[in-house]
Amino acid sequence: MMLEALADTARAVFGARAVSILVADAETSEFVFAAVAGHGADTMPGQRIAADTGIAGWVFAAGQPLVLEDVRKDPRFAAEFAQSTGYLPKGIMTAPILGADGPLGVISVLDRPRRAEFSLVELELLERFCHLVALALPAAETIGAPEGAPITELTAAVAALPPRRRAAAERLVDALTALLEA
Amino acid sequence: MGAEIPAWALDADAAAGNRLVTQWPHDVTREWAWGRSDGSGVRVCVVDSGIDATHPLVGGIDRAVVPVEGADGELEMAADDTGDVSGHGTACAGIIRSLAPRCSITSVRVLGPDLAGAAADLLAGLAWAVEQRFDVVSLSLSTRKRSFVPELHELADAAYFAGTLLVACAHNLPVESFPWRFASVLSVAGHAGSDPFEIHYNATPPVEFYARGVDVEVAWTDGATITATGNSFATPHLAGLCARILAAHPGLTPFQVKQLLYLTARNVEIAR
Repeated sequence: MMLEALADTARAVFGARAVSILVADAETSEFVFAAVAGHGADTMPGQRIAADTGIAGWVFAAGQPLVLEDVRKDPRFAAEFAQSTGYLPKGIMTAPILGADGPLGVISVLDRPRRAEFSLVELELLERFCHLVALALPAAETIGAPEGAPITELTAAVAALPPRRRAAAERLVDALTALLEA
Repeated sequence: MGAEIPAWALDADAAAGNRLVTQWPHDVTREWAWGRSDGSGVRVCVVDSGIDATHPLVGGIDRAVVPVEGADGELEMAADDTGDVSGHGTACAGIIRSLAPRCSITSVRVLGPDLAGAAADLLAGLAWAVEQRFDVVSLSLSTRKRSFVPELHELADAAYFAGTLLVACAHNLPVESFPWRFASVLSVAGHAGSDPFEIHYNATPPVEFYARGVDVEVAWTDGATITATGNSFATPHLAGLCARILAAHPGLTPFQVKQLLYLTARNVEIAR
């Protein structure tokens, strides 16, 4: 829940439509949506996008934050974002999550109110947020398994069982819940 | 071993023959330093995500290369027809072109499909650029990988002595990343002004200069232009200005260019 809380806080601070925390999976060269606040919070966590190209890929490789406005003017960019966020933002702000020996992922802030004179300050604030996320990441189960994913998988597995076995599984889950609440 | 003894110390005879004639320091104005220059004859290398050479704001480039793994497993440079995989390199090339319209631009693409190899690509790309003795290298990327620092440091020093200006993008926060923290590069962060020629000198490094980095109209992929903010856009502004200086005053060394930048910085007042 830690990453969701950080994404949520970032969304509130920047007044953004959505905030995504993407963690890199170096083995597959993909980003995993580890936490999403706002638009896409229900659908994006756990999804993967290629990390080799595009803005997130550049920010990750360069270790530098970017603010980009009017991104809808660029068709390739538009397609990239429509695919990775489910909607097309007007403006984005992306910063790297820097670990001790290299980048761990990126945070993207989509459609915050634009106040150009504050954009350098905002970037620094986002970089500070990224530092918090870098500290939180080792404690969060993120890569390939967003927080809550085991519960979601368990729910799906129980729902897929034939009726008699499902009833038994539900009793087991009830017992587990009671045990955890005790 | 060389036959010359002493190798580095200066004996009396050598001192007598060590005379250099210079008009330096000239009475420096912005007009004299870079005012009438267009970057002609200066070779600039953009180490980034590739460049879309067909973008109207870029106006063509001379060459594009990318590091690829050779037969021996080492990275070597190959011709690159991919263009730009993110848009950022095109933005940098467009900014450099706007300041130094007649300079030559070469792309080294160090952003590719292998995330884990990004730092190695950066090192290989930079090594090639230094080896090729470009006049100016614009580098908006940095790495935190400690194991790469000694080699990066050697490269930055080699560039400095070979007369290659390595313009490197700084972090906003006190982050340990490289090569921008080295004294042999020109480190740059963004200021919020709108004048592309306006630079500021920072008397408390590691960041030595500030250049335009906020709300810049930049070239992007597919012929588009977008509005962008970041230190990474200040980097090509300073690189472009360096190209203008070198075109106006060929043969200046990196420390002389640094001094001209210092003397023409908006916040530096020359008291007489």
